[in-house]
Amino acid sequence: MKNRAEAVIIGGGISGCSIAYNLAKKGMKDIVVLEKNYICSGSTGRCGAGVRMQWGTEMNCKIAKKSIEFYENANEILQYERDVEFKQKGYLLVADTDHEVDQFKKNIEVQHSCGIPSTMLSLEEAREIVPYLNTDILKGAAFCGRDGFLNPFHTTDAFYRAAKRLGVEFYTFTEATGIRTEKGRVTGVETNKGYISTNIVVNAANAYGKSICDMVGLDVPIYSERHQILVTEPVEPMQDPMVMSFGLNFYIQQSPEGSFIMGRGDDKEPKDLRVTSSWQFLEEMAKTIDMVLPPVSKLRVIRQWAGLYNMTPDKQPIYDEAENAKGFYLALGFSGHGFMFGPITGIAMSEMILKEEPTIDVSMLNLNRFKTGKLLMEPSVV
Amino acid sequence: MDENTIICRCSDVTLKEIRDLISQGYLTFDEIKRITRAGMGPCQGKTCGHLIMREIANATGQNIKDIKFQTNRPPVVGVKLGLIAEEGRNEE
Ligand SMILES: Cc1cc2nc3c(=O)[nH]c(=O)nc-3n(C[C@H](O)[C@H](O)[C@H](O)COP(=O)(O)OP(=O)(O)OC[C@H]3O[C@@H](n4cnc5c(N)ncnc54)[C@H](O)[C@@H]3O)c2cc1C
Ligand code: FES
Repeated sequence: MKNRAEAVIIGGGISGCSIAYNLAKKGMKDIVVLEKNYICSGSTGRCGAGVRMQWGTEMNCKIAKKSIEFYENANEILQYERDVEFKQKGYLLVADTDHEVDQFKKNIEVQHSCGIPSTMLSLEEAREIVPYLNTDILKGAAFCGRDGFLNPFHTTDAFYRAAKRLGVEFYTFTEATGIRTEKGRVTGVETNKGYISTNIVVNAANAYGKSICDMVGLDVPIYSERHQILVTEPVEPMQDPMVMSFGLNFYIQQSPEGSFIMGRGDDKEPKDLRVTSSWQFLEEMAKTIDMVLPPVSKLRVIRQWAGLYNMTPDKQPIYDEAENAKGFYLALGFSGHGFMFGPITGIAMSEMILKEEPTIDVSMLNLNRFKTGKLLMEPSVV
Repeated sequence: MDENTIICRCSDVTLKEIRDLISQGYLTFDEIKRITRAGMGPCQGKTCGHLIMREIANATGQNIKDIKFQTNRPPVVGVKLGLIAEEGRNEE
């Protein structure tokens, strides 16, 4: 293991791999990524991997749009020998209350101002896209055909391999255990396999990000929350888009190999680092699908699992440098949408670290907003 | 064994693909599963899991007993969603 690096990135998920790739592409040498398990073993490898531009805040719309534009060309840009499997069959958002229909209309105004091609749909139009959708219980729908989902393992692998080709060193099964600072500046990282001196540390440890912040005495109002998901046996193609509802609290997609993947949020989920699965989730999920998309409930479940969301008070990420420890950067708090922001996480963090002109101005996603109360509440999350 | 032998019948993965990944440094069952989908099919690795673990053991000189297989999770494989929903409603 090296004992000196230009930058040490903690976390080998989509965020850490994308940050490493972007820094290396911009010419930084001696970059190390620490991953306490294997690459993509955290939330990224457990996620739904959906990407959508249909957001409610201008900031999220802009980040998501740029990320999707990247994903559309990811195989070429990252020169990936496999395929990130971007299936762009749209996101069909459905609402079961008039209130939510109004929210969709407001969101679409914001989306259109950012150049996002989303539209309101009548229930008949929604049924043309997903014929077995039970519209009796719905009030309205919105759609964007360029939304979709990818293979999260291949996508992370593509960033990982591209970064490796550019000289980034990945130390797997290597855990960051401490961070040293001197006079308010980062000087190095302690790991279970030795010490690496560096003046730049990036915290991309997601669910474990808070404990990494503790290492420099930085208190950040983030917490982790369990989210569950399940997959069915594969069947013939029957559903093109991701179907999602904030009010009814679910998302469901059919993957290219034919299995359905679905999840839901739950306020009562444990707010700690547990990733066990529960029967209760299975039952609530099954009841919702039986009601909204009846034919899908004929399918057999083959596996369920859980992962962690890293939540902020306004459900938007944090991209910033710590004030009390210069050289300590944070890319955290993705609140359940860090996979789709992955490309921009890498671009924005590398520009911040190298003090370059930003592609998207993400300065509002600073740490200070939790003190000043200048939050940017995102209304549309599951 | 012929390298074109299908090791994972559920997800259509050949021995060659498994060996190529191992030689590229993907040395855990979970990593190989995530890249190839081997072990993610309807049988959940009951057929292919042992074969893949044996390949990892051979390549790394480990004992097959020390190779970690994926976590076993609920539910009992193969229950229809509709049945789970019905059970849930009956309890209410
Ligand atoms: C069920 C579920 C569904 C989701 N669906 C979606 C979706 O559809 N779309 C979307 O955009 N997002 C989704 N998400 C959210 C998404 O998974 C995350 O926001 C995203 O993967 C975060 O990526 P990351 O690289 O920041 O974190 P992670 O992938 O969690 O990576 C962090 C890594 O840091 C490592 N680490 C932690 N501590 C240390 C340490 N001390 N030393 C070394 N390494 C360490 C961990 O092992 C981990 O691999 C979902 C999440 C879940 C749980
Ligand atoms: S044979 Fe590999 S999952 Fe069934």
